[in-house]
Amino acid sequence: MQTRRETLKHSAAVAGLFATTGLFPQYAQAFDKAAFDAKNIADAVKAMGGSAPVESKDVTITGPDIAENGAVVPLGVSTSLANVKRVLLLVEKNPSALVAMFNVSPEVDVNFATRSKMGQSSDVYAVAITNDGKAFFAKKRSQSDFGRLRRLITYISIFRRNTWQIQCAFAPKLLAIKPPFVF
Amino acid sequence: MRIRAQASGDKATVRVLMSHEMESGQRKDGNGKTIPAWHIQDITATLNGKTVMTAEWGPAVSKNPFLQFNIKGAKAGDKVAITWKDNKGDSRTDEATVS
Repeated sequence: MQTRRETLKHSAAVAGLFATTGLFPQYAQAFDKAAFDAKNIADAVKAMGGSAPVESKDVTITGPDIAENGAVVPLGVSTSLANVKRVLLLVEKNPSALVAMFNVSPEVDVNFATRSKMGQSSDVYAVAITNDGKAFFAKKRSQSDFGRLRRLITYISIFRRNTWQIQCAFAPKLLAIKPPFVF
Repeated sequence: MRIRAQASGDKATVRVLMSHEMESGQRKDGNGKTIPAWHIQDITATLNGKTVMTAEWGPAVSKNPFLQFNIKGAKAGDKVAITWKDNKGDSRTDEATVS
């Protein structure tokens, strides 16, 4: 009888075999897991076949200066560079930096937009990788001020609920008068 | 999936809104167990049956993802089809006509 351990070992071996021979169905249209697991920009770009990225004015990233909702941050990338093979969108401080990768063909403009999640304020990067493996990037600081926004809302709701108490607390200092305790 | 493809000049702008949970794999459920990632991995866009763009997405793309791109040389009446495949092996294809 085959134990669980053996079964696992065998299936792993078979999977390995498939992967090396390119027969594994999941890899037929290759999803580059290594790149999407990369924790930082450089590793992700490397896994996608680019050299160390260089900042370039020919790559444009569009995104909000202040993201109101970290679950939906609109990001766009475009470039005027020629011979671009693929473009990447990355958020530096996400658990995995790489958000999306687009393969460019001659039939499409290098101009893509999508929406991303952001855990916290971070630099967002657009990287263009050319046919000869050079990588160019543009970055943008994007504040994700959900925390501040939430504090503000809490503050306003408290303020609205306790307007009178707050006025009582502050008015004497501001106006140097005693608050009237009878309406 | 909602697809809008509008021709303007010598190219067509394609806007796609897909319906997908895009679970990040970072969130925890009520019992503190991590909810496994469930996201669209591969996108393929075709124009009249010819692949013009492919993309790979990670779990950081927003829920119900949006995608916009331009196809050069697409005219009104051309067929644009978008296919997505997620990490559970599900896939979906929808087609629209360039207007």
